[in-house]
Amino acid sequence: MNVVEASGLGKRYGGTWALRECTLAIPAGRVAALVGPNGAGKSTLLNLAVGLSAPSEGVVTVLGGRAAGSPAALDQIAFVAQDTPLYKNLSVADMIYVTRSLNWRFDQPYAQARLDELGIPVKRRAGKLSGGQQAQLALTLALARRPRLLVLDEPVAMLDPVARHDFMATVLASAAADGVSVLLSSHVLAELERVADYLVLLSRGQVRLAGAVDDLLTTHGRASLEDLAMAYLRETTPEVTR
Amino acid sequence: MTALTRPARPGDDAAVRPLPWRRMAGVTWRQHRFALAGVAEFLGALSVWLLLIGMPLHHAYAAALACHPASSSACAGLDGAFQGMDNLMAGPLTPGGTLLQAVPVLIGAFAGAPVLAREMETGTFRYAWTQGFGRWRWALAKLVALAVVLTAAGAAFSVLVSWYYQPYFATGRKQSMVLGAYQTSPFTWFNLREVAFPAWILIAFTIGALAGMLIRRVVPAIIATLVAYAGLVVATGGLLREHYLTPLVTTSLNVPGTAWILGQWSTKDGRLAFAGHPSLSLINRFCSSGPAGFGKEGFSFQAVAQCLAQHGYTQWTSYQPASRFWPFEWIEGGWQLALSALLIAATIWLVRRRAT
Repeated sequence: MNVVEASGLGKRYGGTWALRECTLAIPAGRVAALVGPNGAGKSTLLNLAVGLSAPSEGVVTVLGGRAAGSPAALDQIAFVAQDTPLYKNLSVADMIYVTRSLNWRFDQPYAQARLDELGIPVKRRAGKLSGGQQAQLALTLALARRPRLLVLDEPVAMLDPVARHDFMATVLASAAADGVSVLLSSHVLAELERVADYLVLLSRGQVRLAGAVDDLLTTHGRASLEDLAMAYLRETTPEVTR
Repeated sequence: MTALTRPARPGDDAAVRPLPWRRMAGVTWRQHRFALAGVAEFLGALSVWLLLIGMPLHHAYAAALACHPASSSACAGLDGAFQGMDNLMAGPLTPGGTLLQAVPVLIGAFAGAPVLAREMETGTFRYAWTQGFGRWRWALAKLVALAVVLTAAGAAFSVLVSWYYQPYFATGRKQSMVLGAYQTSPFTWFNLREVAFPAWILIAFTIGALAGMLIRRVVPAIIATLVAYAGLVVATGGLLREHYLTPLVTTSLNVPGTAWILGQWSTKDGRLAFAGHPSLSLINRFCSSGPAGFGKEGFSFQAVAQCLAQHGYTQWTSYQPASRFWPFEWIEGGWQLALSALLIAATIWLVRRRAT
């Protein structure tokens, strides 16, 4: 089963194509990294996959052929958007209540245990938490929904190195223990080295490279994901070299 | 740990059952309790104020009504006391009346515009719209729940407003207590009565919600709501309302004082002589000697019309009788309910199609 499948997918804002002729199939059970420079179309692709926006052309389906954004898809996908938006004036407990109310499944004991572990007080307002805690709260709410696919848009961009590490550790733990498929975007290549086993390289709204990380490294004779990505981005994005 | 790498369950791809609507009640309350508390405090403070100024007014009215004999100077004093009570709230254009007129749009703009605009402005719609509840159902549940609560609060408050004004319309009012300075037509307070007032709150709220979804920023959406609402109020009061039912036309000079007079004109020999009031030269020509009604009491259009009638002029008056007050209230409430439903539908349509 593929967790995300796109065919000829494109999105145009006004006269500009943010994403064009995107065809890919990301298999289940992976931690897939969506990599590319700013403006490459990463957020656009993720927004299309979770159904927040509608394609200008082509099709995108998730979790084995469900229409993106359909009730069946939303039921099993958890999305943490860029800058982890939360209701800043709600308490952590209220955020849990709201998320539980808006979904069929919600693992309250799991959410409680994780917040305790992280030392996040449930009575505090979400807006009063540190950036790292807000990100962890958003991730906890997403994982407590027990999704089959977790989608993260630039989850660590705003975090300090320690918070970054903790966040990624949580993601990896659930991927390993609960078998959650993960699709995350990032322009911080070093961060992905340890976590990603599937790579989708985007630049200028087009897919440049996609495949299992091990296979790609072997085929292209590169030592690391960073090497590989940099090589490709240099080829396709002249402005990076200058 | 729960293993989630289970094989696709049978029926997994079948349509997921929609989550029950009632789940949105607690969500809406938690997210908007500050706004709702603000509305409650605002209406509560206004209610206390109305009670404080309303009770002496009612007492003075009761005292004047109970006074016998009506022609005595003591009674005249009580009448005067009653009429002198009220200089803040006597009509829709006084400071108090203006404030009450503004209540619906204040509630609508400050409670309605942020509902969606704040989600768009802070990016939380990316959270809300990717939950299992589904984005259009989420938006519909929220808007309808808030609209019902605010409209009900407005309806309760308008009962109090009507209680306050009741002495001015009371059927037991004595002839001596003619409220010269005030318009006594019930249409004067049309906007503030039990049907129209909550209906205007509803329309202000739904304008706010749509503006918020269109503009996607809180402050500009609030401003747009104020402007759009003011435009609708002016258009309704100035153009629309008088046409709810075909006006009555009469040649009688004794149009009831409670009627809403829309227009007057006079004819002579079957042809239009003048519209509105007669010119001064016409009055001087026919009525300079002045029948009763002129003189020290000053100038009375009624007396002039009587005088001109003796010289072959016929005065026509088109008006809405006071008996049409409640039908008019329901007509206004009806179209506002329909328009509000349309505005909510448009908002939901935007939520469904809005690209990010």
